Amino acid sequence: MKRIFLDHAATTPAHPEVVKAMLPYFTGAFGNPSSIYSYGQEAKVAVEKVRAKVAGFIGAKSEEVIFTGGGTEADNFALKGIALANEHKGNHIITTSIEHHAVIETCKFLERRGGFKVTYLPVDGYGLVDPQEVKKAITNKTILVSVMNANNEIGTIQPIDEISKYVKEAGILFHTDAVQTVGHIPVNVDELGIDLLSISAHKLYGPKGVGALYIRKGTRISPFVHGGEQERGRRAGTENVPGIVGLSKAIELARQEMGEEAKRLACLRDRLIQGLLENLDHVHLNGHPFRRLPNNVNVSVDFVEGESMLLNLDLENICASTGSACSSSSLEPSHVLRALGLPPEQAHGSLRFTLGRENTADEVDLVVEVLSRIVTRLRAMSPLFKNSRVAK
Amino acid sequence: MRDGPARYSEKVMEHFKNPRNVGEIENPDGVGQVGNPVCGDIMELYIRVKDGIITEAKFKTFGCGAAIATSSMVTEMVKGKSIEEALKISNRAVAEALGGLPSVKMHCSVLAEEALKSALEDYLSKSKR
Repeated sequence: MKRIFLDHAATTPAHPEVVKAMLPYFTGAFGNPSSIYSYGQEAKVAVEKVRAKVAGFIGAKSEEVIFTGGGTEADNFALKGIALANEHKGNHIITTSIEHHAVIETCKFLERRGGFKVTYLPVDGYGLVDPQEVKKAITNKTILVSVMNANNEIGTIQPIDEISKYVKEAGILFHTDAVQTVGHIPVNVDELGIDLLSISAHKLYGPKGVGALYIRKGTRISPFVHGGEQERGRRAGTENVPGIVGLSKAIELARQEMGEEAKRLACLRDRLIQGLLENLDHVHLNGHPFRRLPNNVNVSVDFVEGESMLLNLDLENICASTGSACSSSSLEPSHVLRALGLPPEQAHGSLRFTLGRENTADEVDLVVEVLSRIVTRLRAMSPLFKNSRVAK
Repeated sequence: MRDGPARYSEKVMEHFKNPRNVGEIENPDGVGQVGNPVCGDIMELYIRVKDGIITEAKFKTFGCGAAIATSSMVTEMVKGKSIEEALKISNRAVAEALGGLPSVKMHCSVLAEEALKSALEDYLSKSKR
């Protein structure tokens, strides 16, 4: 049976063109960009060429892009780097309660070990941050605001440009985790009004283990990795040349295909949402009805638990994900769904489907059919379902 | 977002795919309900007892794959056992019968043991009256 992969927010397969572009840099052009002989210089030229391409895609200058080991590292770099370099100005950071753990856990680390104070702003029922709340949270000690461009679980797209006005007014640095948006919807650092932006290659059909951090020129930031002059001394270590080339190729492909693909995915997304809501009772859409990533579907299915749905989907070769605690080692359900105000049983019954370039309308219809069958079966063994029927 | 489920043994998957004894018993001799929605697991266990022997056991469970599999297994294990024997069934025994559980899922076997104990206690308190 063919596998139906609907977990593109977790990762994407590398595009064949990406792999093709990377291959020469493993063997023939394997040089270290720091070496002065021609092998090395070839690699250096390749890295600088693709740096310009990555920068151009988000409206930045070449020297404003630092390659990293992925999106999580870019988030860590942004937060720790800004905090350390600006602690003489203040010790307050503002973020949101629905950030990726790469941001939330880094903030907690800075609170525990760095004497920083962090405000975790609430969101509304759709997962939106209120720009006024950001404005209100700013103090004369605030040095950084970090709000994700779009949420990885529920797909809600934040009003980054509106938030930016207040942040810039106060002369504060603004970071956004754009791991879910770059390569999927237009992202321009000047239009968004941000100073730092995190990118991950494997979320846009590039390779794993490589990403980038955009740092606006003139931003005071501490180096993240020490031990060499690579990446302007801010992120030492021999460059992941094949990975960097792969990221750039993925971005080149996204530049060509993104517009059409986003429209196609949004149609599939709406087809899936509609199919689920029409074929199953007691199903709720999580996240915003239209300020939403074109590929994200997140629903809560009442009376059943997420992991048991995932396992059943997996048995039918369908890959999805859940915010239920039962699929993780912690016993807490998703912090994002809880921040939306979902009762725990609905957070436990959540399913996320994130579409990608290989998915078709037929696959979407099949998923609706298969899931309906699974849910009916699981509800038949759920004590909650029985109680709800008695209650009516 | 959390990634895929923990790796389960074949036995767990077999019970998850084909759970035994799903449902309720009308006018049961003992009922146990444990867990809560906050933790994401709720188990209901029903038993029928005749001459001190458990003749029938059924369950309804809201929970993950391990919760469903442990519910299924515990209902299989108690059938034909005396109350005294059933009281001795531990969560470890349930987990072992399933070929082991991932450590993060051991709490599901605890829930199964508690559901059983709770059903047995219900039976004992009723039969005292």
